[in-house]
Amino acid sequence: MIENVDLTLVDWSRAQFALTAIYHWLFVPLTLGLSFILAIMETIYVKTGNEEWKRLTRFWMTLFGINFAIGVATGIILEFEFGTNWSNYSWFVGDIFGAPLAIEGILAFFLESTFVAVMFFGWNKVSKKFHLTSTWLVAIGANLSALWILVANAWMQNPVGMIFNPETARNEMINFWAVLFNPVAVEKFLHTISSGFVLASMFVMGISSWFMIKKREEFMAKKSILIAGIFGLASSLFLAFTGDSSARTIAKVQPVKFAAFEALSAGKQNAPLVAFGVLKRSGERIGNKELPGFVFKIEIPDLLSVMTSGSKDAYVPGLIDLVSGNKEWGIMSVAEKTERGKIARQSLMDYKKAKNCNDNEQVTSLLKKFQDKDFRDNYFKYFGYAFINSPEDVIPDVYSAFYSFHLMVILGFLFLLIFTLALIFFYNGTIGSQRWFLWVVLFSIPLPYFASELGWILTEMGRQPWIIQDLMPVSIAVSNISAYSVQITFWLFAFLFTALLIAEISIMLKQIKTGPKQ
Amino acid sequence: MTTMITHIFLQNYWWFIVSLLVSLLVFLMFVQGGQTFIFSLAGNDTQRTMIVNTLGRKWEFTFTTLVTFGGAFFASFPLFYATSFGGAYWVWMAILFSFILQAIAYEYRSKPSNVYGKGTFDFFLLLNGSLGPFLIGVAVATFFTGSKFSLNQMNQVKWETSWQGLEALMNIKNLALGFAVLFLVRTNGLLYIINTINEEKIVTKAHKKMIFNTIPFLIFFLFFVISLILSTGFAADIVTGAVTAEKFKYLNNFIQMPLVLIIFLTGVTGVLFGIGISVVKKSSNGIWFTGAGTVLAVFSLFLVAGFNGTSFYPSSYDLQSSLTIRNASSSLFTLKTMMYVSFIIPFVFAYIWYAWKAINNTKITEEEMKSEGHKY
Ligand code: HDD
Ligand code: HEM
Ligand code: HEM
Repeated sequence: MIENVDLTLVDWSRAQFALTAIYHWLFVPLTLGLSFILAIMETIYVKTGNEEWKRLTRFWMTLFGINFAIGVATGIILEFEFGTNWSNYSWFVGDIFGAPLAIEGILAFFLESTFVAVMFFGWNKVSKKFHLTSTWLVAIGANLSALWILVANAWMQNPVGMIFNPETARNEMINFWAVLFNPVAVEKFLHTISSGFVLASMFVMGISSWFMIKKREEFMAKKSILIAGIFGLASSLFLAFTGDSSARTIAKVQPVKFAAFEALSAGKQNAPLVAFGVLKRSGERIGNKELPGFVFKIEIPDLLSVMTSGSKDAYVPGLIDLVSGNKEWGIMSVAEKTERGKIARQSLMDYKKAKNCNDNEQVTSLLKKFQDKDFRDNYFKYFGYAFINSPEDVIPDVYSAFYSFHLMVILGFLFLLIFTLALIFFYNGTIGSQRWFLWVVLFSIPLPYFASELGWILTEMGRQPWIIQDLMPVSIAVSNISAYSVQITFWLFAFLFTALLIAEISIMLKQIKTGPKQ
Repeated sequence: MTTMITHIFLQNYWWFIVSLLVSLLVFLMFVQGGQTFIFSLAGNDTQRTMIVNTLGRKWEFTFTTLVTFGGAFFASFPLFYATSFGGAYWVWMAILFSFILQAIAYEYRSKPSNVYGKGTFDFFLLLNGSLGPFLIGVAVATFFTGSKFSLNQMNQVKWETSWQGLEALMNIKNLALGFAVLFLVRTNGLLYIINTINEEKIVTKAHKKMIFNTIPFLIFFLFFVISLILSTGFAADIVTGAVTAEKFKYLNNFIQMPLVLIIFLTGVTGVLFGIGISVVKKSSNGIWFTGAGTVLAVFSLFLVAGFNGTSFYPSSYDLQSSLTIRNASSSLFTLKTMMYVSFIIPFVFAYIWYAWKAINNTKITEEEMKSEGHKY
C-alpha cells in the first residue's frame, strides 16, 4: 500500500498526537466532573434560597470557566489532526469514525456552548429555574461530548459494525448500534466520565481544605467538602467497578494489551493477579524483543484466571503464547495471522488489478468474497498483520503498560480511602481539626490528573503497533507529509500549550486566593 | 419511502448541509471581524471592554460551528477530509493556531495574574480576527482553483508540491477571496457592534469606518466573482465519473441552476442593502440584512462548487484525482444514519435562538461593564 514508511514521520506524528491529547486531557476531566458538582450546588441554592449557596456556586463556576476555555482550545486541534496527521487512517475508517465526531458537534458541543453562555451571563437576566436548567444542560452536554469521542476511540480498540469495501478501499459502517453499544465503548465511557468525577471531587475538596487550613470561608469550605466527599466516594466505587470490567473486556478483545499490563510472559492456568511488582530485565527473548521479569511481586493467587473467565482453571495466555501461538489452548500465532492478512491484502490487489483490466467476472467474484462471512472473520480480520514484519512487533512496551496500569489502580484505591476518611471526619465533626488530613487532601489534587493520564497512556500505548486493532498499524496510517513539518508544529504546540497552561495555573491560583466574591 | 433515499439523494443532501454550515460559519465570523477593531474603535479601556464583551458572548458559537463543520465534513465526505487536511497541512495548521489563541483570549484577558498582560491577549484577538477569516477564504477558494495532489488506487493522497498548502497563497484568485472574506467579516463586525452597543462614540466611529471596509470588500469580491464566472471548471461525467475541463463551468452552473442564481443575487442584494442603510441612513439594523445576505451568497457559491456534476475539490495535478460529491462521500448507510441525526439541527437552532434572546435582550452599556458579574 505504502511503499516506504518514513519512521521519523511516524514517530513525530505520534508524539504530536500524544502531546495534544495529553494537554486536552489536562482540562477535560475537570469539566466533566465540576459541571455536575456545580449543578448539584446550584440545585441546593434554588431549593433552599440561601444566598451563601449562590456565592459558593459562583466561586466554583469561575474556576470552571478558566479551565473550560483552554479545554476547547486544545480540543479543536485534535479533531483536525485526524485529517492533517493521519489522513490515510481518516480515509480507511472515515465512514465510521467521522459520524461520532459529527454527532458530537451537533448533539453535544452546541448544547454545552449555548448553555455555558447562559450559565455565565444569565444570573440576573433569566429566571432561577432557567438558570439551573442551563447548568444541568452544561453538565449533560459536556458528558455527551465525552460519549461520542469515546465511541470513536473504542472503535479503534475493537472495530465492529463494519465491512470492508475493496472498491473504495475503506471500511464502511453497516450497523450503527453495534458501533454505539460496542462493549469497549460502554465501559470506556462509564470509566472515563467517572474518572473525571473523581478528579473534580478531589479538586474541590483540596481547594476547600486550603480554605479550612487558612480558616477562611468555612461555610463554603465545609459544604464543598461534603458534596465533593459524597460525589467522590460514589464515583470512586463506580470507577473501580468499571475499571475492573474494562480489564475483563480487554482480556477478550485485546489480549496482547492485557498480557502486557500484567507483564505475563508465559500463559498459565490458575494465573495469579499481580497487585504490584517491580520489573527487571530477564534476558528472555522472543525474536529480537526482550521480555521483562520481576524483581519482586505481590500476588493474589488464581485471581487473574477467575477474573478473565470465572474459573480457576482458566488459561490466561501470555505474550509468548500470543506471539508464537499455542495449539493446546487454540491460540493462533502471529505468523499464521500474517499469512491470513497477506491473503486478504492479495485479494485487494487482485481486485484492483481486475478493475484495471475491466475483468468484470473477477471483479464480481472478488466483491462477493469480501462480503463472505468466512473470509471476513478468518482473513480480513487480520488484514493489518500483512504489514507486520516480525511477529514480536505486535508486543507493545511492557514496562509502560505494566506501570501505568498498576499505578492507576493503586491511586484509585487511595482516592477511595481519602474520600471515605473525609466523610468520616466530616460526620464526627473533626474535619476542621484534622490539619494533617487537610494538607494531605490539598497535596492530592495532582494525583487524579496523574492517574487519569496514566489510564490513557495504558490505553493508547498498550494498543501499539495498531491504530485500529488488527486492521491497521500506525505506520501506514500517517499522512504523506514531511517529517519536518510535523516536527515544527510539534514544537509550536508544545511551546504554545505550555505558555497557556502557565497562564491558566496562574489565573486559577489568583482566583482561589481571592476567594468567593461578596 | 425509503427507496427514495438513494445514495445520490443523500450525497446532495449532505453537500447541502455542509454548505449551510460553511455559510453560517462565514456569517458568524463577524466575531473575528469585530476583533480586528478592538484597538482602532475603542477610545479608552472601558470602550474596548464593551466591544470585547459584545463579541465575546458569541465567540463560542462561531467556534462550535467551525468544529461541527469539520465533523460533518469528515462524516459525509471523508475523502475530502483526508485529502485536504492531510495535504494542505500548513494552511489548516495556521488556521488552527489562530483559533487556539482566540479561545483563551476572551476568558483570560481581564483576569488578574494572567501572566502575559491584557495587551497580549487583545493582540491574540486581533491576530485571530485577521488571519482566521483570510485563511479560511483562501482555503475555500481552492475549491474553485484546485490544488496539486494525486490519489493512488487506495485513495491515499500525495501532495505534489512541497509547500503543503502554502502554495495556495501564490494564486491571485485565492488571495482575492481571502481578502473579500476578511473585509466582509469586518463589515459584519462593525454592523454587529453598531447593533448591540449603546454608546454614542463607538457607534459613530463604527459608522465612519463602514465605507473603508465595504469598498475593499466589493473590489475583491467582484474580482473573484468575475474571474470565477470566466474561469474553466471541472466537470465529472455522470456515468463514468471521469473528470474533464469545461469552459465557463461555473457560469453554466448558475445558468443551469437558476434557483441557485436567484439565491446568490438575493444574497448579494441583502449584503448591499444592509451596508446601504447603515452608511446612508445610519440605521442600526444593517446586520440583519448583511448577515442573511452573507449566508445566502456563501451558500450559493458552495452549491455552485459541488452541484451540477462539478468537482468541488479539483486536482490541477491529476484531473482524475479530483473530488466530487459522488466519489468523496461516505457510504449510503452512513449518510442515511447521519441524515437522521441532522433532523436534530432545527431543534438546536431553536434552543440557541431561545437562549440568545434570554441573555441578550438589552444592549451592552457602560454601567453593565462596571457592575459585578462575569465579563471578559
Ligand atoms: C482518576 C483516574 C483513574 C483511576 C483512579 C482509575 N482509572 Fe482506569 N482509566 C482512567 C482513569 C482512571 C481513564 C483516564 O479514564 C482511562 C483511559 C482510557 C479509558 O477508557 O479510561 C482509564 C483506562 C483504564 C483501562 C484501559 C482501558 C482500555 O485500554 O481501553 C483499564 C483496564 C482501567 N482503566 C482499569 C482501572 C482499574 C481496575 C482501576 C481501579 C480502581 C482504575 N482503572 C482506576
Ligand atoms: C482525541 C480525540 C478528541 C477530539 C478530536 C476532541 C475534540 C474536541 C473539540 C473539537 C473540542 C472543542 C469543542 C467546542 O468547540 O466547544 C473539545 C472539547 C471537549 N472535549 Fe474533546 N476531544 C478529544 C478527546 C476527548 C476526550 C477523551 C474527552 C472525554 C472523555 C473529551 C471531552 C471533551 C469535553 C468535555 C470538551 C468541552 C471543553 C472542555 O472540556 O474543556 N474530549 N474536544
Ligand atoms: C484525551 C485523552 C487521550 C490521551 C491523553 C491520549 C493519549 C495518547 C498517547 C499517549 C498517544 C501516543 C501513543 C503512542 O504513540 O505510543 C496517543 C495516540 C493516539 N490517540 Fe490518543 N489519547 C487520548 C484520547 C484519544 C481519543 C479519544 C482518540 C480517538 C478518538 C485517540 C486517538 C489517538 C490516535 C489516532 C493516536 C495516534 C496513533 C497512535 O500513536 O496510535 N486518542 N494518544
